[in-house]
Amino acid sequence: MTEKLLLAVPSKGRLMEQTIEMFAKAGLTLRKTGNERGYRGEIAGLDTVEVAFISASEIAWYLKTGRAHMGVTGEDLIREQISDADERVTFLKPLGFGHADVVVAVPDYWIDVRSMAELDEIAATFRREHGRWFRVATKYINTTRRFFAAKGVIDYRIIESLGATEGAPAAGTADLIVDITSTGATLAANGLRILDDGVILKSEANLIASKVANWSPAARQAENEIMQALGL
Amino acid sequence: MVAETARKFEALEAQAQKIMQVFIKAGHEAVSPAILQPAGVFLDVIGESLRARTYVFTDPDGDELCLRPDLTVPTCRLHIERNGDAPAKARYCYNGTAFRFQPVGAGSAHPREFRQTGIENIGLPERERTDAQTVATIIDAMRAAGLKNFKLRIGDLGLFRALIKAIDMPDRWRQMLTHLFWRPEAFRAELQRLSRPAEESLKSIPPELRAAIAPTDLARSERAVVDYLSSNGVEAMGTRSVTEVASNLMWRLADAKSDPLPPEIVSLIERYLAISGPAKAAGACFKDLLRERGSAMTPVIDAYHRRLQLMTEMGVDVVHAEFSAEFGRQLEYYTGFVFEIVAPELGRDSPLAGGGRYDDLMRIVGGKRDIPAVGGAIHTERLLSVVQGGAA
Repeated sequence: MTEKLLLAVPSKGRLMEQTIEMFAKAGLTLRKTGNERGYRGEIAGLDTVEVAFISASEIAWYLKTGRAHMGVTGEDLIREQISDADERVTFLKPLGFGHADVVVAVPDYWIDVRSMAELDEIAATFRREHGRWFRVATKYINTTRRFFAAKGVIDYRIIESLGATEGAPAAGTADLIVDITSTGATLAANGLRILDDGVILKSEANLIASKVANWSPAARQAENEIMQALGL
Repeated sequence: MVAETARKFEALEAQAQKIMQVFIKAGHEAVSPAILQPAGVFLDVIGESLRARTYVFTDPDGDELCLRPDLTVPTCRLHIERNGDAPAKARYCYNGTAFRFQPVGAGSAHPREFRQTGIENIGLPERERTDAQTVATIIDAMRAAGLKNFKLRIGDLGLFRALIKAIDMPDRWRQMLTHLFWRPEAFRAELQRLSRPAEESLKSIPPELRAAIAPTDLARSERAVVDYLSSNGVEAMGTRSVTEVASNLMWRLADAKSDPLPPEIVSLIERYLAISGPAKAAGACFKDLLRERGSAMTPVIDAYHRRLQLMTEMGVDVVHAEFSAEFGRQLEYYTGFVFEIVAPELGRDSPLAGGGRYDDLMRIVGGKRDIPAVGGAIHTERLLSVVQGGAA
């Protein structure tokens, strides 16, 4: 490997566009090198930086393992994928885009359940009536476990969901969900309601540094230049 | 994770042989339950702390399986497979690997792949005698493996259950407190909540719905729920029935009408849970404390003392055993007597052995009837490290 700083940024969608915009405002031009569909890039004028365009969820893994020195991704993904997040990464700056709340949502029909405590109250009855604990569909498995444990709710099963989580209660594959929402419209359209104390995390895109990457003097120098341009 | 050396493997095997000999001599049949277990059964019975540490995966058929995090549940399933629902008595013993995810920095006393050697007594009458035998056999086996210096810690969830039963309160409160026993903080919060006027807890129910619910008339309450839903344009969906929703609302209204738990009852429960110390002294202590609850407590208090007596007769050093009312709060499927063997070298966080009574488990893992059962298992890597005298 080189001594260069590796900056991991999202490879597609609004998140990529907003990331490029954000750097551009700071006078840093991100561009792909070689093939337009490739995933390698650079920052114009900063030859000690290499840019990797990868999926937002992989960025967490890059930072966790120290493969990337810096990266842009959602706090939700970092908290979900790195159990000891504060040991491994530093959140340098919230970026003001990519807003999403990770929430606990139950069927609106459960008019007797408005809080985590009330959810816990129905657990034992649910088990008696249906012969199983209630199921929570989510892709945020670790986040869900931590939050439920902190609220004292332990009698449930997690069903891993890889897409269209909000449809799980209607489809009958789960009873409630933990998912991200930005406006709540999708939840409402699926007959779901956020519990009063069910907001687990208010997430947004962050500029993040890895504590476990190999910080060569060149990489440190590059970090300083990026931080300076961003006014940090 | 340090790779296991052949030498350690052989030492563990030799130690397991010594232990198994003691078990077999005590009348236990050696069994070898499956390592791969259906995830559902397991995840439903074990506590959340263990659940998060169980290796779960999906096989090519799409079935969810797990690597067994202990051998008690697999042995119960084996017993049911063999006997169906016929009442059968059995004494089993086993020596096998169990698997638990360990967080970063957990240390060498907490390997993610470890061997449990243990016994399970299923379907045997004379509960206290079987409890005492289980402890005595586990201790004999550990002595045979060379253990000299250790401490016995005991608890008894039967006392707690009997206490809650002996206190006058709505049944649903009992269920709630028993259900929450495993979570000390949530338990304390619930106890406080039950000791306050419950009016507060009804605030989250919309007033028009609250007015329409009839606390003792299910049919009318169901209609109230259906009306409320339709006038608010909400559709029923999922597994919970309107009956469940209506019943829950009725209970909550009934709760609000019940008198809160008097402060002296809250204090009694708290004082009981605070008891800890030498096993005999503790016994005298809760005898004093619980006697005021009337004769309902007598059988469980007697059972406690009879068990101590039987353990003494079987050669267990009860004088230095330590009782704690809170002990057992981490082990969700236990229902009565619980115990742990700790060594000064490793401390309380890494017990060398542990076990207890789990009278509800057989039904939960698929049996059609309640079968009394008690067992215990030795963490063999820890035992070896203590016997060999090195640090873990």
